[in-house]
Amino acid sequence: MLSPAILIPAILNGLLIGAIYALVALGLTLIYGVLHIINFAHGALLSVALFAAFFAFRLLGLDPYVAVFLIAPVFFALGYLLQRFIIGPASHGDDRNMLLVTLGIAVVIENALLYAFRADTRTIDLPYAFQTIDIGSTLLAIPRVVGFVAAFAVAFALWLLMTFTDIGRAVRAVAKEKLGAELAGIDVSHIYAVTFGLGTACVAIAACLLIPTYYVNPTVGDAFVLVAFTIVVLGGMGSVPGALIGALLIGVAESLSGLFLGESLGQIGIFLIFIVVLLVRPRGLFGARA
Amino acid sequence: MPNQGNLSRRQFLATTAFGTAAAATGSIAMPSVLRAQGAPVKLGVLHPVTGALSYSGQQGRLGATLAIDEINGAGGIKGLGKIDAVLGDAQSTPDGGTAEVEKMNSAGVSCIVGGYASNICLATTQAAARYELPYVVDVGVADGIVTRGLKNTFRFGPGFGVISKTALANLASINDQAGKPAKTVMIVHEDSLFGSGLAKLLNAQLPQQGFEILETIPHPTPTRDFNNVVLKIKAQNPDLVIPANYYNEYVLLARTMQQQQVKPKGIYSVLGGAASSYKFVKEFPEAARYIMDCNHWFDPRNEKAQALKKKVEGKDQFFTYEVYMNYSCVYLIADALERAASADRDKLTAALASSTFSGHLMPYGPTKFVNGQNEGAAPVNTQVLDNDIKVVLPTSFANAKPVFPRPA
Repeated sequence: MLSPAILIPAILNGLLIGAIYALVALGLTLIYGVLHIINFAHGALLSVALFAAFFAFRLLGLDPYVAVFLIAPVFFALGYLLQRFIIGPASHGDDRNMLLVTLGIAVVIENALLYAFRADTRTIDLPYAFQTIDIGSTLLAIPRVVGFVAAFAVAFALWLLMTFTDIGRAVRAVAKEKLGAELAGIDVSHIYAVTFGLGTACVAIAACLLIPTYYVNPTVGDAFVLVAFTIVVLGGMGSVPGALIGALLIGVAESLSGLFLGESLGQIGIFLIFIVVLLVRPRGLFGARA
Repeated sequence: MPNQGNLSRRQFLATTAFGTAAAATGSIAMPSVLRAQGAPVKLGVLHPVTGALSYSGQQGRLGATLAIDEINGAGGIKGLGKIDAVLGDAQSTPDGGTAEVEKMNSAGVSCIVGGYASNICLATTQAAARYELPYVVDVGVADGIVTRGLKNTFRFGPGFGVISKTALANLASINDQAGKPAKTVMIVHEDSLFGSGLAKLLNAQLPQQGFEILETIPHPTPTRDFNNVVLKIKAQNPDLVIPANYYNEYVLLARTMQQQQVKPKGIYSVLGGAASSYKFVKEFPEAARYIMDCNHWFDPRNEKAQALKKKVEGKDQFFTYEVYMNYSCVYLIADALERAASADRDKLTAALASSTFSGHLMPYGPTKFVNGQNEGAAPVNTQVLDNDIKVVLPTSFANAKPVFPRPA
């Protein structure tokens, strides 16, 4: 059971799955880092994005890897509008209200999806979905490898954006000191909306990378968001590198606990890590001191 | 049901607006008009057409309504007239099914056909029993469905006990004929009642047939990823893999095995979620090749079955077992109605209990109901050969010989 022939592929698979988790977690941690809200609508938005990728393929014949260039900007706009015209105004500047508003949005989105598409599970079939790359003794699924590379590319692009652009500086300024940023002439509600848009675009990219090997139904996002919350806490709330490293760790933990404890208990590993981190290092691996 | 005596403004407008179209197609139900012509026989058609089991449910409804349309097209039931289908959706849950039985009872149906899943059938037959409403189970294989002494419950197809017994005997016979190439087995099963129950049974019985079980791997439904499971299979290299799971997971497992280039001497399933599915064979022919299954299947030598297959495929639908099992069940009920010469529930129950119906599409022995179970019902063994699904056992119905072990 402990032979490297199983162990190495299991770890590699865990890393590849972890990269997809990272994309979902990146959006979540970004929104938390700036807006200081836990976005409960994140899972529902992932479901919407998966449906968008599904229908882009079914109706327009767009390959998900092409559709991502269309869906990600649309979801950026969707996120921007959601924050600017619904979450922002409805919360009256109180963080606790924002939390409740996102929860409400999640309920509305999930039920709207259920009403429109029913609870049916849908999949698309792409010729490359089950092709593999042979590296030594391990066969890696091509869509997973693409997802892995894309996750790092998105994280890198996000880091560039945050470090070297005016928007990025403004986002960081708002995250650090909202009032000060406002006094310096930064349009805070615009920056809030941009951040929410970026987080939503991350979810859209994750959806396009997932759909070739995964399925979609109205509640599919929930499973990922539970894992993503764990990752955000593990990596440190608001930390981009933390989300990335945390996601890879969680991916490997899930894969190995699936291997040793059985698929039915695979998630135990994730939540064990979650509890241990909360006990030993509550601010997370890369979290700033409170 | 709207008040029959008073026609409201809305009903009046609807009737006049759609009247012509409805009269032409005869497909839009207009209760007030139909009632005026004398009561047709009402038949409840109950399936999980939404939710997790929606695909199977919709296929079941297709089979039942095809049969009803055929019977009505030929003038209905002799002496009783046409069948009026009352469609119901069990929403893939036992509660949803029970609620539909209540509605159908109020609507005055003479009989209900359907249910599909074992847990739904257990609940719906029980609910129908309260009203002494005859209920014909279309698929539901759990043995408990017909062992509770419910007089209203009839199952035309085989139950789990018969299916697993046949499956084990046929596996041994296929292996013996090939010179016993398979000695080791791995079982991959979903962890609810169906998969776990089957795994337990296999673990008890396969060693008696001379097989060694290397490992039994459970997994939840849904499972996102079968890589770890397939890695375990790859490491232990069993001669035979026995999957017991539902369609999505079955397909994912088979495709992951193909992806990781795991090729055991055979994949043999019992009521395999996808193994006897034209959908699977058409969409993933490589992954499906040579898979064997012991399952419900139609009699490939029956001309009526072949004609129905053409008709269903002409509608761009797959000819799945839900279709022909429901189709056969409706004809079973029609035969009983004709002999009872009445839509009365008690008379129909008696007619079903004494049925010797032979006009079905299944490879069964003579129809004989004992405590509601058709003793003639039996599964067959199928195998995916030449991008088609062939019957390989029993030889009396077979249209191909089993290919085992799979060619390299």
